[in-house]
Amino acid sequence: MMKKIIVIGLLACAPALAIAAGGADVHLDTVRIDLDDKVSLQRGARAFVNYCLSCHSAAYMRYNRMGRDLGLTDEQVKENLLFAGDKVGDLMKTVMTPDNGKRWFGTAPPDLTLVTRSRGAEWFYTYMRGFYLDEKSPSGWNNTVFENVAMPHVLHEWQGSRRVSKVTTDEHTGEKHYDFEWVRKGTMTPDEYDDEIRALTNFMVYLGEPAKLVRGKIGGYVLLFLALFLVLAYLLKKEYWKDIH
Amino acid sequence: MQKLLEWVDARFPLIKAWNEHLAEYYAPKNFNFWYYFGSLALLVLVLQIVTGIFLTMHYKPDTALAFASVEYIMRDVPWGWLIRYMHSTGASAFFIVVYLHMFRALLYGSYRGPRELVWIIGVIIFVALMAEAFMGYLLPWGNMSYWGAQVIINLFDAIPGVGPSLSEWIRGDFVVSDATLNRFFAFHVIAVPLVLVALVFLHIVALHKVGSNNPDGIEIKENKGPDGIPVDGIPFHPYYTVKDIVGVTVFLIVFAAIMFFAPEMGGWFLEHDNFTPANVLQTPSEIVPLWYFTPYYSILRANTVAFLGLDAKVWGVIFMGLSIMVFFFLPWLDRSPVKSIRYRGWMYKSALAVFVVCFFVLGWLGTQPAVGKNVVMAQIGTVVYFLFFLLMPFYTKLDKTKPVPGRVTSK
Repeated sequence: MMKKIIVIGLLACAPALAIAAGGADVHLDTVRIDLDDKVSLQRGARAFVNYCLSCHSAAYMRYNRMGRDLGLTDEQVKENLLFAGDKVGDLMKTVMTPDNGKRWFGTAPPDLTLVTRSRGAEWFYTYMRGFYLDEKSPSGWNNTVFENVAMPHVLHEWQGSRRVSKVTTDEHTGEKHYDFEWVRKGTMTPDEYDDEIRALTNFMVYLGEPAKLVRGKIGGYVLLFLALFLVLAYLLKKEYWKDIH
Repeated sequence: MQKLLEWVDARFPLIKAWNEHLAEYYAPKNFNFWYYFGSLALLVLVLQIVTGIFLTMHYKPDTALAFASVEYIMRDVPWGWLIRYMHSTGASAFFIVVYLHMFRALLYGSYRGPRELVWIIGVIIFVALMAEAFMGYLLPWGNMSYWGAQVIINLFDAIPGVGPSLSEWIRGDFVVSDATLNRFFAFHVIAVPLVLVALVFLHIVALHKVGSNNPDGIEIKENKGPDGIPVDGIPFHPYYTVKDIVGVTVFLIVFAAIMFFAPEMGGWFLEHDNFTPANVLQTPSEIVPLWYFTPYYSILRANTVAFLGLDAKVWGVIFMGLSIMVFFFLPWLDRSPVKSIRYRGWMYKSALAVFVVCFFVLGWLGTQPAVGKNVVMAQIGTVVYFLFFLLMPFYTKLDKTKPVPGRVTSK
């Protein structure tokens, strides 16, 4: 009887689990996240501070916390990652005011601390590789993931500039597929650019949840302890219950 | 030590309370898997209160600071992330445990006489828990917190006459705002927890007065030995305390696995849209409550027709209210001569199975946009949900039951 009830319960859960895995209507590329890769995290941090932080803030995060987690001393953080005038204990605020953002881009650039938690790492990775030239857009740029985005392609020197040559729509999934032609090649090859963005995405995942660096490791020990404790608890129960029938 | 105990006992019924509720509280010896969830619910309550106290030390109930203060807890407060994930995972765990605890009552007829008051107090606890969770969800001041609260409080607008002023009174403003956040904070951290603790105390006092039910639905007090102790009863302590330690450990393993490895549970325990601060100008593409409210959210949205001079929306609110209130009447809706599902016939078994499936389907629909066939499914689900209760007097009476044994069985 009880087994049946559990099976029915699990079956009833199935549709819920299926949609939890479901995605949006835009195709997103998968990206390998590896928070143990300190070099990749540092590379991502450098790209973030040099290119993103001029307009976007990461205002829930402090420079020195980031430095410690990435294996950098306060001195290294000061020399490589800090804006002039900032202190290592400061929050990672942008120099651009929201008013200027609105004036220049039509909208204030959002804070990016949690972007991979709200939109997902795959979204970010695909978005950063999805820019193309579009004369109809005010900034001159458009994006395959975020249509009519206000943001221009900040990394176009790396990736190069490209234009859409053909758009096909998949009949079944409704996903759009873009073909591009290069207008100007970038300083990086497409593979190099993907790799750089992977490092940036890696860093953004860290930035969204610094605790992610440790929680899995601590969790392992906790589960190990609980598993051992379970054996003792079970033996204790068995000892007490042997006279109950 | 002995002297101290005597001193205390002369002034406070310490030994008496210990004996009555633990060492000489006789519980049926045949409790199974389903009987872990009462003590687990108590554990989660304590966990929520303790983690809540620590969160309160660092959280700022202020619309300008709330979201950042949660991220501050996640980053700058030592072990803050752990405390916060315990609390957020604990919220979902609380509902899982309570739903299973209530399901146990449906399986073995634990709501039946003489345990009507145990059940009724339990349903009030469930209602208080829903209020607690709803108000707690506003506090991180994420975009889903904000819009979820906005949508639910706006429901009161639909009540004819007093509606708009009532929802304004709840919010303390014309929209969800700083005033709302502050009062929800007050309710979440002190008012409702006090009520919850008091109700849980009453729940246990009432239970210990009548004694626990068991998987056979037999009253063990009707079969006492010469010493006046139920022959099928065993002292709660040490037997069920050591057994519950096993249950607690298994629960903690599942809990820790989620908390350390998947605290968001793929968006089910922490919604993605709640990682953006509340934004009055940007409605999330789909406003979805957390999973534990979705069956009721479905019932709320199911009705699409106006009748008896009331809006479809008003009826939605009424149906949602009734879908919870109907639990109070369960002890009197069930007319079966037996309590436990073990001795009931196919009618109750099928009705309960259909009800469970329907509850999950409604829960799933609550996460989906209310369009097209989803609406029809939610309507069918709502009807089935209510029929389970409304037809209960008939099918439980007609059902062919099996003879109940005189002593508990061990299975």
